[in-house]
Amino acid sequence: MNDMRLSERDVDMTDVKIAARGVQVFYGDNHAIKDVDVNIVDKTVTAFIGPSGCGKSTFLRCINRMNDTIPIARVEGEILIDAEDIYDRRVDPVQLRAKVGMVFQKPNPFPKSIYDNVAYGPKIHGLAKDKADLDAIVEDSLRKAALWDEVKDRLDAAGTGLSGGQQQRLCIARAVATSPEILLMDEPCSALDPIATDQVENLIHDLRRNFSVVIVTHSMSQASRVSQKTAYFHLGELVEYDDTAEIFTNPKDERTENYITGRIG
Amino acid sequence: MTDATAPAPGARSRVGQGSLLRQDTRTIKRNAAENRFRIYGLTAICIGILMLVFLLTSILSNGLSSFRQTTIQVPVTLVADRLDPEGNRDPAEMARVTTFGYAPLLRDALVGTIADAGIETELDAGDIADIVSDESVAQLRNFVLANPDLLGQTMPVEVLASGRIDGFFKGRVTYATAELDQNISPEQLRLAEALKAEGLLATGFNFDFFTAPDASVTRPEAAGLGVAILGSLYMMLVVLALALPIGVAASIYLEEFAPQNRFTDLVEVNISNLAAVPSIVFGILGLAVFINFAGLPQSAPIVGGLVLTLMTLPTIIIATRAALKAVPPSIRDAALGVGASKMQTVFHHVLPLAMPGILTGTIIGLAQALGETAPLLLIGMVAFVREYPDAPWEGGLFDPATALPVQIYNFTQRSDPAFVERASGAIIVLLLFLFLMNLAAILLRRRFERRW
Amino acid sequence: MPLIWLLAAIAVLAAAGMVLGRRRALASAGGDHRVLHSLPSYYGTNVALFAAAPALLVMAAWIVVQPLYVESRVATLIPQAEYSDEGELSLIMSDVRRVADGLNQAIRSGAISAEEVRDMRADVTDVRDRLAQIGIAVGSEVEQTTLTAAQQYRTLDGRGNVAMAVFVLLLAVGGFVWTLMKTDKDYRARNSVENAILTILVAASTVAILTTFGIIMSMLFETVNFFRQYPASEFFFSTTWDPSFSGRGGSSELGIIPLLWGTLYISLIALLVAVPIGLFSAIYLSEYAGKKFRSIAKPLLEVLAGIPTIVYGLFALITVGPLLRDAIASPLGLGTSASSVMTAGLVMGVMLIPFVSSLSDDIINAVPQAMRDGSLGLGATQSETIKQVVVPAALPGIVGAILLAASRAIGETMIVVLGAGAAARLDLNPFEAMTTVTVKIVSQLTGDTDFSSPETLVAFALGLTLFVITLGLNVLALYIVRKYREQYE
Repeated sequence: MNDMRLSERDVDMTDVKIAARGVQVFYGDNHAIKDVDVNIVDKTVTAFIGPSGCGKSTFLRCINRMNDTIPIARVEGEILIDAEDIYDRRVDPVQLRAKVGMVFQKPNPFPKSIYDNVAYGPKIHGLAKDKADLDAIVEDSLRKAALWDEVKDRLDAAGTGLSGGQQQRLCIARAVATSPEILLMDEPCSALDPIATDQVENLIHDLRRNFSVVIVTHSMSQASRVSQKTAYFHLGELVEYDDTAEIFTNPKDERTENYITGRIG
Repeated sequence: MTDATAPAPGARSRVGQGSLLRQDTRTIKRNAAENRFRIYGLTAICIGILMLVFLLTSILSNGLSSFRQTTIQVPVTLVADRLDPEGNRDPAEMARVTTFGYAPLLRDALVGTIADAGIETELDAGDIADIVSDESVAQLRNFVLANPDLLGQTMPVEVLASGRIDGFFKGRVTYATAELDQNISPEQLRLAEALKAEGLLATGFNFDFFTAPDASVTRPEAAGLGVAILGSLYMMLVVLALALPIGVAASIYLEEFAPQNRFTDLVEVNISNLAAVPSIVFGILGLAVFINFAGLPQSAPIVGGLVLTLMTLPTIIIATRAALKAVPPSIRDAALGVGASKMQTVFHHVLPLAMPGILTGTIIGLAQALGETAPLLLIGMVAFVREYPDAPWEGGLFDPATALPVQIYNFTQRSDPAFVERASGAIIVLLLFLFLMNLAAILLRRRFERRW
Repeated sequence: MPLIWLLAAIAVLAAAGMVLGRRRALASAGGDHRVLHSLPSYYGTNVALFAAAPALLVMAAWIVVQPLYVESRVATLIPQAEYSDEGELSLIMSDVRRVADGLNQAIRSGAISAEEVRDMRADVTDVRDRLAQIGIAVGSEVEQTTLTAAQQYRTLDGRGNVAMAVFVLLLAVGGFVWTLMKTDKDYRARNSVENAILTILVAASTVAILTTFGIIMSMLFETVNFFRQYPASEFFFSTTWDPSFSGRGGSSELGIIPLLWGTLYISLIALLVAVPIGLFSAIYLSEYAGKKFRSIAKPLLEVLAGIPTIVYGLFALITVGPLLRDAIASPLGLGTSASSVMTAGLVMGVMLIPFVSSLSDDIINAVPQAMRDGSLGLGATQSETIKQVVVPAALPGIVGAILLAASRAIGETMIVVLGAGAAARLDLNPFEAMTTVTVKIVSQLTGDTDFSSPETLVAFALGLTLFVITLGLNVLALYIVRKYREQYE
């Protein structure tokens, strides 16, 4: 399976999609992320777990430079996507974010119609040649987000009128519509009920075919269900990073074990 | 897994295809649009601030000169048998001599002074006397009536120069404009310059501007703000005495006691609407209710104060409610927990803690009221008032008076350009008051700012 | 001043109640204040309150009602033949009042004795002359009917004052004695006092309702009078505003349309200035500006809101008007007037900038950050986020803010009085002087006013129209803004 995927690619590309080297994040005087090194593999789901306040969301927001929108945040070190440093002076965060999509903790559809929500990204990035093309993108994205069948008859309805699970899938469709290569998900199920969570988790499973997915979650069972790789963060440090199965069955670090077995967190 | 058969990502023309380090043309365009948008915003703010600067410069450049006034030093001989024909120094008898009796004295004094100083002029005595304000004669008469013992002596008197001469030394009047002006001739300006060279004419700080009453339309040089400042002060007293207690009482009720019912809703709706009713409508209310119905006198500070109270109430209520709301419920719980009644809790704990906020709101409300003009026009404050009102405890609140903003309006309605200077000067005084009040509000807020 | 004495008596009674109530309560408890239901001071306050409050209330009501009663009684003394309508009667009555006041003043100063006044007859004494001698001016010759009415007025007024004093004092003493008798260690003085205070609080909050009621009634009453004399259809639909100054009614044309046109035209220009500048300022301040820039620029803009409108008016009159005329209107042959729609509109626009910007600022800040994150996370630039997400989301609130600004503009007076001119005109040229509803309210109600002529009364109809328009805009705006707030709460 791995071979087949590699065979489609240029030989010089490794399957490392995101490489972090010595990343430090400061919020004012608060040292939020301490010297994180990590290689995130393409076409996999990578879960970031850890107790709240451990920096996992902060680190996630570094990957598409959403931290830029917080005036007091400062990032040091380098994050390479496809071997290019995204904190390079020449990189435009706008262009970066088209390539690295993001889904947020709480579903945040725009107060527009379902169609306009999904079409928003393609429109601003000029992805569609014409109206028919845009329609196709919207349909395709809604299908990828497993929402098409539920909303195809009411694309003009307000996105804010959907149920919580549908809203979150709409946000995923919205992120998918710009055809990113990486999808960042910041606790995408924390505001959802179990049924909606199940729908989104199934979706994440399918998304792996097209995207590298990085998901932050506070639910260990969710991490074990959806991810292939897991990183455990503790107090701003990356404690352990390995195959999900390995982390949950055979943690190397005592802190990871304490967390997994429910002694902390 | 069968993911190899899935369509490859990026089948569509994607942004940032290729290196992130190179901006594609669309991104460059979008960033340009971004910068343009940002510049629009910055421009808007700059326009706003420039307008403020333009406004203030215009007022200052027109008005600052009103704080200086040109006067002429003349030794006037107070000829006893002309000012006191009966010779008994009885002020009642002396008052029968009108300003017409005093004018020749001043004129002769002026002509004499000019001759003594060795200034040559072709002007006749009447034209020479015209460089002095008409008001000066009245001032001289008042001075003599107040001090009858000085009759027969020669007194050095400082008289106001006429508005045109004053304007000449402030750059408003030139030889060129004097050619076209009926009220002044270039020769008179030359005389004034000569007097200045002799040190007999000087332009100094204009104390009278702050204390003197208004003057007639032909005597801008004598017009002052005394009555207006006093009238405004009286109205502010009325507003403070009424709006603060009523506003605080209403706020306490609405914030702490009011049940959720029709009556409360009605009050709330009324307050928010009153805050947006045009001020002139309050003037109509004042005219119809306080003057026509209740029979209160026109032009009286009490009526102005009442109207402004009604206008200021919503501001004070809104500020007070915000201040009360900012007191955390834990304080109320603590007081109620030790067995205080609801009323005791509010008056002993909540109200004192909210007081700085309430006072800040009140000062801001008063500042608004101080600058309000339109409603006062309708209740007769436009009247020409030269008499100072009595002290408030002597019924002065019912005496005719005017108010600072209305005095400014009155100045603007007069044709002599010297009144533009007076109006701008009065605005500077008004703005100064407002500035001080707002400063007090800000300091109060800083001093008592509380972090719960 | 019997009123002062009456007030003083009540104050003394209240003070005594303060002391005696407290003493009596303590006495009933045998000097041990722990046995009392309430703190001792509550007993004192209770007695003082019940002594003073009802008496003062009755006194206030009496002072309002008595003149009305006296006038209606005195008016019956004036023969029907003397007047033809209400207006004339009110003129005669004001004469009566003036003569009565003059006589009172004369008695007070000792110039005429009370007996003399009672026996005074118009054919014997020249009343006007007598009063003038002691420095009291009465407009016209005093006739016998007026004098009789004035004498009756004095008698009734005097009787009323005595009755009031007696009644009010009885009430005060009654309240005092009654509450003092009730005072006892088990009496719930605190509850009683607190109920009284609560009543005061409720009364204070009804002032807002009373004000609105007063505004509506005062204008409605006179507007009805106006429409009795002038047809409503012409007022609302005539395109000419041309009041005659010669006399009453007749040739005046009082159509509101040219005034409304001027009002709306000026408001439109003001909004065209204020809305873009205010909105862009708000956007920049809330979305782009750093903390430091914001802390300087925002207060500076708000200074514009704190400047009184008379200052803007003068600015329009002496600076902006001449500038526009000399720089634009005259060279282009568009007009020679310094006061113009453009002058007033521009200056009013400047005045409204902070109004629009601070309201919009609040509203834009209420848009949740998650909205912005969602858009930025998709790779939108900040301006795209603002234009396509933030502003559309805030649109209802912004519309509300603009409506409030429009209502401000329509009701604004001083800027248009000084900047727009006084000529009622239906014209499209913005450099022409036009006039507004508020300007005409001021001009019809200042100077000589005759509350029986349509030229004066029309101001009330104008005021009512203005009130209704602005109220409608405000209610609509507040409704929209409230709906908008609920959406994000």
